[in-house]
Amino acid sequence: MSMEFDVDYEYQDRCMYMAESHPSDEMLRDDRIPHIWCTGCGCGEIISTYIEAVKELDINPDKVAIVSGIGCIGRAAGYLKFDSFHTTHGRAIPFATGLKVARPELDVSVISGDGDLFAIGGNHIIHAARRNMDILVICSNNYTYGMTGGQFSPATPIDSFTTTTPYGNCERPFNLCDLLASAGAAYVARWTSIHVRRLQKSIKEALTKKGFRFIEVLTPCPTGFGRRNKMGTAIDTSKFYQDHGKIDHGADTRDVRLEDPLSDFSIGTFVDLDKETYLEAKERIFSREVKK
Amino acid sequence: MGKKPMKFIGRGLVDKGDKKSAVGKIYLIIERCKGCNLCIEFCPKDVLKESSVFNKKGYHPPELIEVPGEKMCVGCGYCSLICPEFAIYTEIEEDEKEAE
Ligand SMILES: Cc1ncc(C[n+]2csc(CCOP(=O)(O)OP(=O)(O)O)c2C)c(N)n1
Ligand code: SF4
Ligand code: SF4
Ligand code: SF4
Repeated sequence: MSMEFDVDYEYQDRCMYMAESHPSDEMLRDDRIPHIWCTGCGCGEIISTYIEAVKELDINPDKVAIVSGIGCIGRAAGYLKFDSFHTTHGRAIPFATGLKVARPELDVSVISGDGDLFAIGGNHIIHAARRNMDILVICSNNYTYGMTGGQFSPATPIDSFTTTTPYGNCERPFNLCDLLASAGAAYVARWTSIHVRRLQKSIKEALTKKGFRFIEVLTPCPTGFGRRNKMGTAIDTSKFYQDHGKIDHGADTRDVRLEDPLSDFSIGTFVDLDKETYLEAKERIFSREVKK
Repeated sequence: MGKKPMKFIGRGLVDKGDKKSAVGKIYLIIERCKGCNLCIEFCPKDVLKESSVFNKKGYHPPELIEVPGEKMCVGCGYCSLICPEFAIYTEIEEDEKEAE
C-alpha cells in the first residue's frame, strides 16, 4: 500500500471507493503517471481512448507500436506500454513508415501534434498519405506549439493570438483533413477530446483498416492557446466542442476548414476508402517481378 | 483501501428499455487527480461534485454529490474515458442491480 494518503474520514465516507490502480494501467507505463500534461489538457483523452480501442479489439499489445514526435502530445509514446519510440521532431512519420515496411505484422500508430506533423514534419506526412502507407496517424490539434510556450503552428487559425503572433496571426491554417484526403489518405476523420466515445469508435474502426488513416483530434490547450484566445478553461473549450461540433459524416473535406476557433465546425468520418495500400502494391509488383 | 481493480465494465449507457437501471461503483485514485473537473461537468447523471479535500498535489478530487442519494452512478464509464489522468473508473455493481 504505497499510495497510502491521509484523508479525513468524512471525505472517505462520502467518497467513492479508493483505488490504487486503473484498468488502463496494463497498457500504461504507470510508473511515469501522473504525466506532465497540464490540468485539462486534451492529450490524456487520446491515450485513454486509444487504450480502450486496443482493449475492445483485443489486439495483442505486443503487436502494437506507437511512434511520436516531439511536443506535449509527443510524450504519448513514453506513457503507452507498447513498443514505442519517441523520435526527433517531425520524424515520427518516416520512422513509422520504416517500421511498418520492415515489420508489416505490427499495428503502427503515430500519435503526435499539429506542429510536429504539419510544420517540421509536413513533407513527410503528405508523402505518407500519397503512398497510402499502412499507418494510423492520430494528430492532437491544439492550434499551437504547446510544449515550447504557445507559438503559432500551421494549424493556428487566422487572426488568433499566440506568443509569436501577438497582434494576431496573418497566416491561414492548413485544412489538415483536406490536405491528407487530397494527398491520398484512405481514412480521414475528425473528433474532439470531448467526443470520447466516438473518438474511441473511430480509433477502433481505423485500427481495423489498412492504408493511411488519419484522425484529427481537437484538444484544448488551456495553458498555451486557450488562455490567449479567450477560450477559457478546458471545461469551457470542451463545452464549446460539444455545442459547436456538428457531426457530418462523409462531408466534402474542402468544406471542413477550421477558419475560426469560435464558430461551428464539422466532425465525423470524412473519408473511408478501400484502395490499394503501399504494402499491397509492393506485394503485387514484387511478385510480378519474380514470375518473369 | 488497497482495492484491487476488477474488470472494467463501463461500456455504453445502460439500456433505456431495461427497467432495472444498473448501479455503478466509482473508484478514484485520489493522488492522480489534477482537478480538471471534466468528470464532474460531463457526467450525464450529475453524480459528482468538487470536494473540499486536497490531495498531495493540492487539487480537489471529485466526490459524490449526495450520499445516499437520488442521483446514482449508472456505470456508463464516460468519466473513465474523459479523465485525462486515469484517475477515475467505474464498475457496475451486480448485487444492487438485483436488489432493485
Ligand atoms: C529540430 C527541433 N526544432 C524545434 C524544436 C522545439 N520544439 C519542441 S516541441 C515543438 C512543437 C510541438 O508542437 P505540437 O506538435 O503542436 O505539439 P504540442 O506541444 O502542441 O502538443 C517544437 C517546435 C525541437 N525540439 N527540435
Ligand atoms: S501546454 Fe497545452 S498542450 Fe501542452 S500539456 Fe499544457 S495544455 Fe497540454
Ligand atoms: S460512470 Fe461516471 S460519468 Fe457515468 S454516471 Fe457514473 S460517475 Fe457519471
Ligand atoms: S476528470 Fe480525472 S483529473 Fe479531472 S477532476 Fe475528474 S478525476 Fe480529477
